[in-house]
Amino acid sequence: MPTSFTVNGKDVTVDADPDTPLLWVLRDELKLTGTKFGCGIAQCGACTVLLDGQTRRSCVTPLSTLEGARVETIEEVTGPEAEAVKAAWVDINVPQCGYCQSGQVMSATALLQVIPKPTDEEIDNAMAGNICRCATYARIRKAIRQASDSLEA
Amino acid sequence: MYPHILKPTAVTPTRRGFLAGATGLVLATHLPGKARAQAARIATGDGTELLAPNAFVRIAPDDTVTVLVKHIEIGQGANTGLPILVAEELDADWSQMRAEAAPENLALYKNLFFGIQGTGGSTGLANSYMQMREAGAAARAMLVDAAGRVWGVPTSEITVSKGVVSHTKSDRTARFGELAEEAMKGEVPVGVKLKDPKDFTLIGTSVTRLDSEEKSNGTATFALDLYRDGMKTVAMLHPPQFGATVASVDDSAALEVAGVRQVAQVPSGVAVIADNTFAALKGRDALNVEWDSSGAETRSSDQIAADFLQAAIFGAGKVVEDTGAIDDAFAGADRVIEAEYVFPYLAHAPMETLDGVIEVKNGEVDAWIGCQFPTADNQTIAGVLGLSPEKVRVHTMYGGGSFGRRATQASHFAQELASVAKAGGDGAYKVMWTRENDIRGGHYRPLTVHRLRAGLDTDGNITAWDNVVVNQSIMAGTPMEAMAMRDGLDPTSYEGANDLPYVLPAKRLTWVPQQSPVSVLWWRSVGHTHTAHAVETFLDEVLEATGKDAVQGRLDMMKGDRPRDAAVLQRVAEMANWSGPGTGDTRLGVAVVRSFGSYVAQIAEVEDRDGMPFVRKVWCAVDCGVAVTPDVVKAQMEGGIGYGLGHGLYSAITLGEGGRVQESNFDSYRSLRINEMPQVDVSIIDSQAEPKGVGEPGTPPVLPAVANAWRALTGKTQHQLPFRANMS
Repeated sequence: MPTSFTVNGKDVTVDADPDTPLLWVLRDELKLTGTKFGCGIAQCGACTVLLDGQTRRSCVTPLSTLEGARVETIEEVTGPEAEAVKAAWVDINVPQCGYCQSGQVMSATALLQVIPKPTDEEIDNAMAGNICRCATYARIRKAIRQASDSLEA
Repeated sequence: MYPHILKPTAVTPTRRGFLAGATGLVLATHLPGKARAQAARIATGDGTELLAPNAFVRIAPDDTVTVLVKHIEIGQGANTGLPILVAEELDADWSQMRAEAAPENLALYKNLFFGIQGTGGSTGLANSYMQMREAGAAARAMLVDAAGRVWGVPTSEITVSKGVVSHTKSDRTARFGELAEEAMKGEVPVGVKLKDPKDFTLIGTSVTRLDSEEKSNGTATFALDLYRDGMKTVAMLHPPQFGATVASVDDSAALEVAGVRQVAQVPSGVAVIADNTFAALKGRDALNVEWDSSGAETRSSDQIAADFLQAAIFGAGKVVEDTGAIDDAFAGADRVIEAEYVFPYLAHAPMETLDGVIEVKNGEVDAWIGCQFPTADNQTIAGVLGLSPEKVRVHTMYGGGSFGRRATQASHFAQELASVAKAGGDGAYKVMWTRENDIRGGHYRPLTVHRLRAGLDTDGNITAWDNVVVNQSIMAGTPMEAMAMRDGLDPTSYEGANDLPYVLPAKRLTWVPQQSPVSVLWWRSVGHTHTAHAVETFLDEVLEATGKDAVQGRLDMMKGDRPRDAAVLQRVAEMANWSGPGTGDTRLGVAVVRSFGSYVAQIAEVEDRDGMPFVRKVWCAVDCGVAVTPDVVKAQMEGGIGYGLGHGLYSAITLGEGGRVQESNFDSYRSLRINEMPQVDVSIIDSQAEPKGVGEPGTPPVLPAVANAWRALTGKTQHQLPFRANMS
């Protein structure tokens, strides 16, 4: 049975195996490749998207649960928090290999939407679900603080 | 990572020699002598022409300067480091620089240290430093010549700065793009004089990485992101034990899964070829495969470690170093301290698992892989498909991390990719390993045992140092063996245990090679991953046992012979205000390691948190010669510290009963997370020495520094890794 929802503000209807994870719908069906595969079991956060405004691991989110949902991905995530995060990421040269960074940016954006001025502990708590094997963590912390400051300014 | 000791055609070209060679090659290959001037232009797909003074630089009418980067970008900064060398000599503005992966072409793009096109051993900048500067200088000279011709002024009066060519006397300026067409008419110069390093304006400054933006907004393209017309997606089932093979395949249930098109047996296992990823994965779950374990490794990690410990005492070893009369030294020692170390297998677990796309059409092949050895991958694919190498084009993609994993010494992934295409017939295929394939797929840092003995005199000075290293060779039995092993010795097995910075009256290093079907591979900093820990923690214990300070004791043992090792050690001691390990809730520990030509010393500040070390801060001093991009150097130190720390604290690949890997994903193969990342403070030694790598050297010192602090805090030594194995 086709499932209808929105991705980045556009209506989409997908007719596929209802167990298909959102990750593979985004990538294989919609060719939105910014969202990455890392583990498939919600351990690494590389596949993080916003679902109805909350972070969600798309690798364990079946298509069948998405009727009427609102999905935002790295390709189109907008708003002051997203823009501030992406700008800080570039300014501080956060990425190394870059593969996990879509998920990091989505998690950081969601954090600042809820807590505009996070403490270091709040940053660590919010970002602990996103693994970076290059260990860019020190710069992720710094970039989130900078993005937060720029939003306040 | 990796074959850093490969020097089959070690070349340090002279300036003139290189440029003549490179440009001469282009001319000889493509153009008769008469058409020499046209060698400097190249057509693009959309009909425009670019100024192409050599294989590395393209200047477009729109002013952009694209550098064809011959090393894969895997996070280490190749796509920034090589362009900055070109931009420096070209006097370009950083904002006009672009980076692009060089195509596969052995003649043009080989690693000058390896003799094949490849990335590894932290050699990227070291082997490109002069080559890229030469390339930029030649391009600059052509632009200046063009301006001289157009303006009718002597080239000696022309200056270039930030992408603008100027003649001050006549008040004329031109941007590179405006001069490109005229420059194409000129001859490619040879032997252009390079800048005096004191005149550098870009080298040594911190710039925005050329890949930062696309890696922050999701547009950077990895092999996984490619979708070719009609492409099938392929999931792999590999044997559950190393050395096992397929006995029989029942694919009836798999073929009933909607979207599964074919199940194929290939040398590495069973391939499920499907219309999309989910169908391929579902099909794989539905396979029923019997395995033949007759040739498999069935020992557990515990058994292998026990066997290696036996071999450390009784095995047939190869003597690597033997200086001084060591038996006499031990016989005459006042006392002897001994320790045994066990290091587990480790997976690299880059965020992007191994993947690639192959397209076969009419006897021609394109393959897109985040690969470190495109030359070897080309030959492997051609061999599997029975084609000549000219029919195969390997396109190097961004690698979503590597840490050595993509430096496949026997091109096993390219072989699998080509085998799938061979089974499937003409068409496009994407092979994607799942995390379980990755964690259980072998190619690990070798399980390693060290046995160390130190003989001391009555004053506590070390008079004898004996180190036995037991592990499996990374290169033996692979195509690398003939290229890089001499006298049966694989230096990547024990590097860092030899050529210590410390003066020791009598010293012996023995390597006892072992055999196993478990596949092993270079892992970020290779031999140093274990040798640094064994040497630097054992030495620290000896210094403590003899009442010596960990920093001053090391400096004393260098006896003035190793100024660069000493300098980073002194620098880090200043940074951390070292006056011993300290008191209170935390302790400091130190280690100093030279690897891949770079010198790194670190001090870790450690507290006891629920019986495990929690690292608050790491101070790091690095001497990598000229720091071409200091911010990248710092980033690599930060990342190398996080990588080494995470594995040292939490990670092990464990073979259980029957040789089956116990871990499968990030839930069981634990990674460092942000709340466990220490603060890192990096200081770079100002140096004019030739630049060396930084991708690996940040990793080795962190674990021994942490272990030394932990011993000072708790009295517990860490001879078996990871830390958690000895906790709770």
